[in-house]
Amino acid sequence: MSLFLDTLFNGLAIGSVLVLAALGLAVVFGLMGVINMAHGELMMLGAYTTFVVQNLLKSGPLEGLFPIYILISIPLAFIVSGVAGLLLEATVIRRLYGRPLETLLATWGVSLILQQFVRSVSTAFVLGLLLTAVLGLLLPRLIPSNWIMQRWALIFKVGNWILATLLGVGAAALFGSVRLLDQAWFSARNIDVTAPEWLRGSIDYAGVNMPTARLFIIILTLISLIAVNWFLQKSVWGIRIRAVTQNRSMSSCLGIPTESVDALTFLVGSGLAGVAGVAVTLLGSVGPNLGGNYIVDCFMVVVLGGVGKLLGTVLAALGIGVLSYVLGSGSLLLVWPTMPAGLNELITFFATTSMAKVLVFVLIVVFLQFRPAGLFPPKGRMAEV
Amino acid sequence: MAPIRSNKLFIRAISGTTAIAASLSIVACSGEKKADGGFDGEVKVGILHSRSGTMAISENTVAEAELMAIDEINAKGGVVIDGKKLKIVPVEEDGASDWPTFAEKSKKLIDSDKVAVVFGGWTSASRKAMLPVYEAKDHFLFYPIQYEGQECSKNIFYSGATPNQQAEPAVDWLLKNKGKDFFLVGSDYVYPRTANTIMKEQLKAKGGKLVGEDYLPLGNTEVAPIIAKIKQALPNGGVIVNTLNGDSNVAFFKQMKAAGITPANKYSIMSFSIAEEEIAAIGPEYLEGTYAAWNYFQSLDTPASKKFTADFKAKYGDKRVTNDPAEAAYMMVYLWAAAAEKAKSVDDNKVREALIGVSFDAPEGKVTVQPNHHVDKLVLIGEVQKDGMFKILENQGFKKPVAWNQYVPETKGYTCDWTQKRPDAGKYKM
Repeated sequence: MSLFLDTLFNGLAIGSVLVLAALGLAVVFGLMGVINMAHGELMMLGAYTTFVVQNLLKSGPLEGLFPIYILISIPLAFIVSGVAGLLLEATVIRRLYGRPLETLLATWGVSLILQQFVRSVSTAFVLGLLLTAVLGLLLPRLIPSNWIMQRWALIFKVGNWILATLLGVGAAALFGSVRLLDQAWFSARNIDVTAPEWLRGSIDYAGVNMPTARLFIIILTLISLIAVNWFLQKSVWGIRIRAVTQNRSMSSCLGIPTESVDALTFLVGSGLAGVAGVAVTLLGSVGPNLGGNYIVDCFMVVVLGGVGKLLGTVLAALGIGVLSYVLGSGSLLLVWPTMPAGLNELITFFATTSMAKVLVFVLIVVFLQFRPAGLFPPKGRMAEV
Repeated sequence: MAPIRSNKLFIRAISGTTAIAASLSIVACSGEKKADGGFDGEVKVGILHSRSGTMAISENTVAEAELMAIDEINAKGGVVIDGKKLKIVPVEEDGASDWPTFAEKSKKLIDSDKVAVVFGGWTSASRKAMLPVYEAKDHFLFYPIQYEGQECSKNIFYSGATPNQQAEPAVDWLLKNKGKDFFLVGSDYVYPRTANTIMKEQLKAKGGKLVGEDYLPLGNTEVAPIIAKIKQALPNGGVIVNTLNGDSNVAFFKQMKAAGITPANKYSIMSFSIAEEEIAAIGPEYLEGTYAAWNYFQSLDTPASKKFTADFKAKYGDKRVTNDPAEAAYMMVYLWAAAAEKAKSVDDNKVREALIGVSFDAPEGKVTVQPNHHVDKLVLIGEVQKDGMFKILENQGFKKPVAWNQYVPETKGYTCDWTQKRPDAGKYKM
């Protein structure tokens, strides 16, 4: 019995990390059909937000709030990643709707840019970036209105961004000569996010040892799930999102602002990635390449669950969690100690973490051969789009 | 209003041009800052470490230690060959924690930069990827990390420990002081797998017992199944030997602490890839009371060690720490320079011959290059303290390197000696 509970808890623990990480992707990929390769990097931004909050509260006037810094990080990470996602949608993805391959490549490029951004961001860098943005937006306003009508005014439209970039780079170099401003905020090395004291221990109940960090993630996942479900099912904007997902042109005809709906969906999905980023700081290391560790698992969960179904995502993630725990920890051997020698050796062979992962992937591939659309295939009109 | 607007534009354009000109002139100035003073020539060397990716956490310090050694040698007048002072010019490349990239960048350093030697690598996977390149081009790689042994290339010089200078003394120490039941955890690549093979043979020979082993893919952060296995295999405490590399360690120690597998609960955890730098990144509160075996600790109390640490902090910041790989990297640059001066040439073939027998007063003590392209090293066992430094529990003195392991049946009785003029000098029966 204790073994069963142990397996259940650990499967739930692994699965809930997957659910949380994949939830934002399920919203973006599932509802909008956007393959967002930068999803992992949005998680990373959430993790870095946690790091910043931790350091701000470590000392100074707000020191008293340090034990709950992780709770404070959650809404902040949602906002940071959400805004980053919003910018991404407005600048890149909006121009690429209906072109999945280009979206995939563009968002992958964005993921590389974000990784490099956290490595090299410094005060001088940010000032240069701000200058570029401000100039790029302001310069066209300075061009006399009668010039705009001319065909050669195109030079100004492109030229102002080139000029703004040059000025921005120049300014960054100028600021960079001041040593204080040139210091990288995070640098390429990994950063240390230390869980608060109350999340470092564990609770023993019914013979199962439950680390509090895991319990925290399970509860956070539950709350996120309930919130997302409520948002999509009950709120006005959620209903609009679902309407647009089902039939974009009809929704547009009925007066639903589809562009705002797209932006909002992306904001919510990206914000959820930020929340997941906060959660994974409790488990592992935080560095620029954090996203890469999760992105494949996220897509695997969403595809296995069936695109566009939250319930599918949840069940797929929990299934993968329990399966990789059962295989990886070799607990099958404990349940059935007298199994034939051949089978015993086979299971022992797969009972290492890396082999268990291989086996889980193989099982998923086999499963998708029979159910290509996942656990819960989309039905009806949605399936035709 | 139009004229005023265009006026503004004009002013903006002028100020913009000035800013660009100003910034360009700054860039130009910083480029010319290091005008050569008193050198008769240059010698290019390659520095090839992961400055990004999962290994960057560890490899940055190593690259910085090499650059520091180069700066120190240059400050003393560079490499002196036949009375000519040569300035060492480092050419840096990023291996990006991606093993094929290491091979590719090695080719670039050798073919297009024409470097005299390459200092580089961390993981054995990166070394194994680079090895064919150096053997095919008959060039020379200096590799600074403790590794699994079972290799002895003419084209590689190893300044880190072989298993008999780190893993084996550590296992002996654990058997003597901590217990007989061992659980082995490692990253899934060549170093942990080979090191664990050696340790298993050693346990068999010395009366220890292997209760389990597991491997985690590099970069993986889900260690719940491993923790479950450790709890099944060692319910009342025991010895855990950790050969995880890179940031999997962070996940491992965070989740181990949460699950109560800690020194306080009679688990002795010995790590082979955790040095001062990694402790700072993981957080000492997760590691306090665990053990490590290295050839150098920052806390080593000798004048050479203190000077090395003080110089490193002066150059890279007061918060920085030194560690064993940094020390090995630092010493190998000096050993190369000494060998080049002895050979009176920077040609890699002549340096290779001159290298054997060269000595250097390294921070760990006086080291000498042995005929098998390794160095003799000081063996230390340490315990992690609250401040992230090690308390040295045992100093076993200097040990000679053994490239082909003597516990493993396949390589028992084999040796390597590059002073021998025989075709199989890299591996022959003693």
